[in-house]
Amino acid sequence: MIAANAPRKRRSDAKLLVIDAHAHIAHARRRTLATRLRRFDLVVANDAMTLPASLAGIHVRTGHAVEIRLAGCRTLVGEIGPFTAVLFGAGDFRTRTEDRPLPPGLEKGDLIALGPLRATIEETLGHPRLVALRFEGSPASVWEGIARHGRPIQYAHMAAPLAMWDVWTPIAGAPLAFEPPSAGFVLDWKTLAAIRARGAQFATITHAAGLSSTGDPELDRRLPLDEPYRIPATTARAIGETKRRGGRVIAVGTTVVRALEDAASRDGVVHGGESVATQRIGADTVLRVVDAIVSGTHEPGTSHYELLRAFADDVTLRRAAAELDARDYHTHEFGDSVFIERRVRCVACATRHAPRLAA
Amino acid sequence: METTNRNAASLALKGTRIAITGGTSGLGLALVRECIARGAAVAFIARTRDRVERVAEEIRSRGNIHGIVGDIARKDDIHSLALQILGTLGGLDVLINNASSLGATPLALLADTECEDFEGALAANVLGPFRLTKTLLGALAASARERRGSVVLNISSDAATNPYAGWGAYGASKAALHQMSRIWNEELGEDGIRFLSVDPGDMDTPLHALALPDADRAALKRPEMAARELVDKIALALASLRSPRASDQAESASVA
Repeated sequence: MIAANAPRKRRSDAKLLVIDAHAHIAHARRRTLATRLRRFDLVVANDAMTLPASLAGIHVRTGHAVEIRLAGCRTLVGEIGPFTAVLFGAGDFRTRTEDRPLPPGLEKGDLIALGPLRATIEETLGHPRLVALRFEGSPASVWEGIARHGRPIQYAHMAAPLAMWDVWTPIAGAPLAFEPPSAGFVLDWKTLAAIRARGAQFATITHAAGLSSTGDPELDRRLPLDEPYRIPATTARAIGETKRRGGRVIAVGTTVVRALEDAASRDGVVHGGESVATQRIGADTVLRVVDAIVSGTHEPGTSHYELLRAFADDVTLRRAAAELDARDYHTHEFGDSVFIERRVRCVACATRHAPRLAA
Repeated sequence: METTNRNAASLALKGTRIAITGGTSGLGLALVRECIARGAAVAFIARTRDRVERVAEEIRSRGNIHGIVGDIARKDDIHSLALQILGTLGGLDVLINNASSLGATPLALLADTECEDFEGALAANVLGPFRLTKTLLGALAASARERRGSVVLNISSDAATNPYAGWGAYGASKAALHQMSRIWNEELGEDGIRFLSVDPGDMDTPLHALALPDADRAALKRPEMAARELVDKIALALASLRSPRASDQAESASVA
């Protein structure tokens, strides 16, 4: 695959690799996504807006320069934060995260000055880079500080730094994502109209998508972090209707799968409201809600790839990876996309696996 | 308070999340006060920090108010503003694009208007509202899907339709804004977002004084009156979008 190195996220020639429920692979233009839909299907996307989660500053006790990447939050309601954050030593995005130095030794109570913002380390989290931190000041002043001082998280494979205009998804609402919910780039307003024209519906959830990779293998094994999410009552109702009518629930992005399957883990029904997704989804997961996923292309070993294993078996995913390579698909956040229907499973297998799905 | 006496509860805005640009003087300030009086949560934007803080301080005891400093005419400010609006309000139901620029002051014949002044009017009156609205559309559409109703009010002018000599930059930019509102309303109706473009009339505001310093102020409309009329229109639009009939239509439209 080719790394997509320019944020031309709404490329009209973007590609879509399709894996159907019988493991057949086909290739299409991404802009024809809506033609894959049937009457009564429901497309569900994550409308979280991407925060400018990279903040440059100084570790006050040692005077060392650091970069903080806000990586996740624990709740959607009330005041802003506390945040889980990953710290890097001096340097910028042109150095691959794998090669970035560690920050100075971090201790509970340490102060970090970040432009107009001041943050205190509330807790260290068992890794030299990972902490829980809280900003000082009123919510309004914290929002202003993040809005003015923060930058989108950058990627070493990009030719030029990303601006907020590059990471904004057309449907973005509440500012809660720490990396762009990149699958959301497949949706524009024309596609939403095309979804309606197919007799399908569109709904959203808000899922605080955390950092997907840090470049540190030990840290990456702990991903995804726990992620709070909110499912509007109207979305929960639409999912119920879709199931009753025999339509498919199509998740745009891995975060949507995580939220919907978490919400249904109790009794198989998606309930509206707020909760925190803590589960990992992988080959052993029996999906109870989501029938298909639209996603970016992901490489084996990432938590995103693991999640795709709940939809298609490894042989099929390996065949798909070979096709992506052979046909010059672009990978990464601003690359091409895949559409994967959940494979048909025998009833007996599903029954055998059912008790494990919350694991 | 007259509002509550005069009208049914449907014109109240309790819990409605509203963003207003140009909120520290003239019509914008009157709109901020009117929305707060009706129970809305309001985020307002203006360029000057002192004035933003003064207005926020004055109103804080009366409701849920957030002042945000920035310039909607600058593309680089837009996401910072949108982030603060959505962060402090937790979402958005109503956007009022009120901030506006005359272009040349004193008013100039079009042939005498500096290119930069014309561009300034377009940046504040057309590009700013376009960019801010585009950036906030996701949040507005989410409100529509959750049956909260979703309205964008663009402040227009009779100079958008009548060719007044001396009002070239302003009139041309307001004409563009008016047409943009109509097209947006056409395109986003199915998504449940209503666009209003309203001429509030000639008001006794700093902008008017800048344009026509010798005008008879007594003959001008008071901005408080205009604000009440405009917010009535918003409340009525929200009520109709929230009515069961409207949501049935939206549902059948999206399912049919």
